Amino acid sequence: MITQFLLRGFDRKIVAVLFVLLAIGVLVPASNLLLSPENPLHVPTYAMSLFGKYLCYALLALALDLVWGYCGILSLGHGAFFALGGYAMGMYLMRQIGSRGVYGDPVLPDFMVFLNWKELPWFWHGFDMFWFAMLMVVVVPGLLAFVFGWFAFRSRVNGVYLSIITQAMTYALLLAFFRNDMGFGGNNGLTDFKDILGFSIQADGTRAALFAATALFLALCLAIASGIVSSKFGKVLVGVRDAESRVRFLGYRVEHIKLFTFVVSAMMAGIAGALFVPQVGIINPGEFGPGNSIEVVIWTAVGGRGTLIGPIIGAVLVNFGKSVFTGAFPEIWLFALGGLFIAVTLFLPRGIVGTIQHRFKARQAMKAARDAESGIDSDTKIQPAE
Amino acid sequence: MTTFRNAAAAFAFLLSLLFSGLAAAQSDPAALFDQLGKANFAETEKIIAELGKTGDVKLVPAFEAFSAGDLYLRKEDGKVFVARGTGATLQLFNPATGEATGEAAKGALTKLKVNNTVRRAINNALGGLTLLSPDKAVRFAAAQAVLKSPSADNLALLEAALEKETDSGVRTIMEEAKAVSLLSSDRPVDQKKLAIETIKKIGGRDAIGILRSAEASVDASLKPDIDKAIAGIEDTLKLWDAAQNVWYGLSLGSVLLLAAIGLAITFGVMGVINMAHGEMVMIGAYSTFIVQEFIRQNAPELFDWSLAIALPVAFVVTGAVGLVLERSVIRFLYGRPLETLLATWGVSLVLQQAVRSLFGPTNREVGNPSWMSGSFQLGGLAITWNRLWIILFSIVVFLALLALLKRSAFGLQMRAVTQNRRMASSMGIKTPWVDAFTFALGSGIAGLAGVALSQIDNVSPNLGQSYIIDSFMVVVFGGVGNLWGTLVGALSLGIVNKFLEPYVGAVLGKILVLVLIILFIQKRPRGLFALKGRAVE
Amino acid sequence: MTETRPRSLLYLDNVCVSFDGFKALNSLSLVIEPGELRAIIGPNGAGKTTMMDIITGKTRPDSGEVFFEDSVDLTKKDEADIARLGIGRKFQKPTVFESHTVWDNLELALNRKRGVFSTLFYTLTEEDKARIEEILATVRLGHRSHELAGSLSHGQKQWLEIGMLLAQEPKLLLVDEPVAGMTDAETVETAILLKEIAKTRSVVVVEHDMGFIRDLGVKVTCLAEGSVLAEGSIDYVSNDPKVIENYLGR
Repeated sequence: MITQFLLRGFDRKIVAVLFVLLAIGVLVPASNLLLSPENPLHVPTYAMSLFGKYLCYALLALALDLVWGYCGILSLGHGAFFALGGYAMGMYLMRQIGSRGVYGDPVLPDFMVFLNWKELPWFWHGFDMFWFAMLMVVVVPGLLAFVFGWFAFRSRVNGVYLSIITQAMTYALLLAFFRNDMGFGGNNGLTDFKDILGFSIQADGTRAALFAATALFLALCLAIASGIVSSKFGKVLVGVRDAESRVRFLGYRVEHIKLFTFVVSAMMAGIAGALFVPQVGIINPGEFGPGNSIEVVIWTAVGGRGTLIGPIIGAVLVNFGKSVFTGAFPEIWLFALGGLFIAVTLFLPRGIVGTIQHRFKARQAMKAARDAESGIDSDTKIQPAE
Repeated sequence: MTTFRNAAAAFAFLLSLLFSGLAAAQSDPAALFDQLGKANFAETEKIIAELGKTGDVKLVPAFEAFSAGDLYLRKEDGKVFVARGTGATLQLFNPATGEATGEAAKGALTKLKVNNTVRRAINNALGGLTLLSPDKAVRFAAAQAVLKSPSADNLALLEAALEKETDSGVRTIMEEAKAVSLLSSDRPVDQKKLAIETIKKIGGRDAIGILRSAEASVDASLKPDIDKAIAGIEDTLKLWDAAQNVWYGLSLGSVLLLAAIGLAITFGVMGVINMAHGEMVMIGAYSTFIVQEFIRQNAPELFDWSLAIALPVAFVVTGAVGLVLERSVIRFLYGRPLETLLATWGVSLVLQQAVRSLFGPTNREVGNPSWMSGSFQLGGLAITWNRLWIILFSIVVFLALLALLKRSAFGLQMRAVTQNRRMASSMGIKTPWVDAFTFALGSGIAGLAGVALSQIDNVSPNLGQSYIIDSFMVVVFGGVGNLWGTLVGALSLGIVNKFLEPYVGAVLGKILVLVLIILFIQKRPRGLFALKGRAVE
Repeated sequence: MTETRPRSLLYLDNVCVSFDGFKALNSLSLVIEPGELRAIIGPNGAGKTTMMDIITGKTRPDSGEVFFEDSVDLTKKDEADIARLGIGRKFQKPTVFESHTVWDNLELALNRKRGVFSTLFYTLTEEDKARIEEILATVRLGHRSHELAGSLSHGQKQWLEIGMLLAQEPKLLLVDEPVAGMTDAETVETAILLKEIAKTRSVVVVEHDMGFIRDLGVKVTCLAEGSVLAEGSIDYVSNDPKVIENYLGR
């Protein structure tokens, strides 16, 4: 059943992208590790980590696209799920530091010693185990999405209202995580990580492995998303986006459909966050900032919402642009980003991939119409009224 | 005749000398001052109290000099003087009379040491002494000084002063001071009972402190009275605290109202989510800054008018920005609220960066005109002028807007467009222009809010960011399309926030409010004052 | 209560609902028999659409009873429940999934398990395929089955929506102004189609087009100001002085 589910998602484009992703996941680390730095094909470690970061963002954008592009729920709080996944990973990495911290406490992370805490808060237990932390990476964002979505979708909060309260949600979390008493390192967040699963986090090998893992998870989530989208459920999803009340009157439970998608999407965002943290070496409350979440929306919009490949391309392109701009002309970046928001909504509402697909489909439709006209459709008694 | 008179005068003088000599052992100020020269700290305190009891206003400068460390002992004869001046030789004055009595080399004098207990004793004595001053203001200050640091020593003086006192304001303070001093004296229980009542009437945390410290020393029979008085004061204090919280809440609410009301118009009438609304507020604040800079350089005497000048400037500037924004971006996005949200967010980034490039990223100094600064006391409430003016201003803006919507032709067109856009347009209303001017109006009001906020917040490019989420919460909570909803929403959010703050802290309070709103929206997805029925769909 | 009630498919008794003081329905009572085709007419604001909202669970009545098949209290159910019970609804404005093909529209409407996981792992069976093709033939859209619903004409969208209702296999069909915006030929076709459908299930049609109602030739209920004004054959109702005054005459 599962294989059938996944296979249905494997149309030609998706397979091509999956192949490219897996190839990147193998070739980039291989070039980094095996080729000498003089070789023109060598990918330096910093570039690999940077690109790995883009892939995390791509996964986040893909997750957002699932709810926004397909289900019409514009979440302005997906950064929160990303950050929660990141914190779960960060907590694991903190526990791995052990007594190598500045204060040398074998159990308590440095910031707790600094705050004079005597013992580990209850919610930090278990994070010394990798499997538990990885479970939490999906469970915590999934649970938040479930509780939030359960309330919101049941009472039919939608449209801009939903957007605004998702923004309020991430803002509330931002404020909460800034507090020292929350037990997540307050303002500074979690950082100074040493190793992951026993491998030094700074080592080229670890970085290469993290990169490969990111590409792999992106491919996996893309396959799952594609499976979802091309199933009957996916069609219902688009139905909810386009004509919610029709779906309801056909007997579908719209709130369940939205809730399922929202939770799956939040889990993907959590995974993205968890892969992000070891590659950038820090997680702090800033990741909860409402601005971050909105930025994800623009990546998705640039690439093309309602296409699975679009958000991946959009996230990589925009973030590459950001790296270039902020390096060369930092003053201009916000102008460029702001301009991008305006330009995309005004001139490219379908995004890059969406526009290409639309052109392609329009051409096909025209061809089909020409074919149809040359044949005789005898069973039409009804002529178009318009 | 003359001889006799001279002789009589001489006799009288002698007599007086004789008597004063006898009395000097007890209460001759000059002699008492001289005793200070050899006294230790404990004795000094006693002597000061004695001096205070004389009730002689002339001693005040000497006490002040003592407190300031200007009282010296002349080594050769053990007499004490007030010595003033700089350099090697100092001017000497008689402490009891204040007359100049020559000068002395610094080396011939020893400074009388003062510690905190002595200083307190001096202050007590001073308080008592000045109670009799002919100057009303001085008496008032003295009575208040006694009230602040009560001492049984002042009691007799207070009573004497009270007998002479005619001014009712000063009398009240003196009565209170007397009551406070009485508690620590050895007066009878019934007098103390009355005193406790008087203290209860004073109220405030100081009164509780006085009663608490008295509780240890007074007769056991008085304890219930004291406890009752304390409980009474605490109740009143709680009430004042609540009132103060309401005041803070109103103040925050008025700020939220100002920030949100423009949004309520654009969202309510046009269904446009303007994420750049906060930046309009920010531009309003920067307009104030520019107006003030201009005034500072060209007409400093107009500074107190700077806000009045800034209001129309900010309104026009932000209104114009809003008009341009509507014509160039938003009008292409009608009916696509989510896209509008994204595009206006982009606009907000551009505006922020533009202001940052023009004015720099740091806070800009916007001054308070004199009538906006300072505060006053109303019962137990501390009210700052700027907050009061902002509350009044927000009410004026609200009422003006309400009047505009209900009474003007433009308001009528606006309401028509809200209710049925197509019908309005077929009636000949130019809906695009109504939209454009509605948006300009909403933005202009944001500019007005910016002028007000420049008085209480940092004027920086990020100013708007800190208000945008809160303002949306207000609009969503209050219900769209209803100004009263915005008013109630803003005030109740402000007050709830300020009531939570003392219990859970500012940040957690804010988080709780956000969570409450999120829960509330689940219950009433269209807010507090929502339109019902088919028109909504 | 239950004993005295006539055996009915749909039973509305004394239903009242008001929006902000405006009484949209004012003690409305209506009984639809199994297999009945009923036409409902009435001026704008008579409460026709509100009545449909009440039956399909979109709006809750302030008071009154709404029963389906004598036993199911519809006021306690939501839209999805009611749809699953077998009540289908066509909106006034044709509402189809415009970015899906005609085929997919019908596939989504098929009366199959509608849970999250059943739809995730659903595969099209031969039986379902046959059913969809049958419906496509009924609503005369077979030749356009792989085109996007958004590209259909207004009349075709109306028909697709009716097709979707058929796929739902409802016991009761509520059809709101099915011929609005249709050509005369289409209107006639629609009347034939609805009569065909009514052979196997009950249908309630709300319409303004008196010619269309006449074509249907069924019992007519005239609503005005939220309650029933007259009920009977089209000739009886259209000669009722109250109906003429309230609706037809103006």
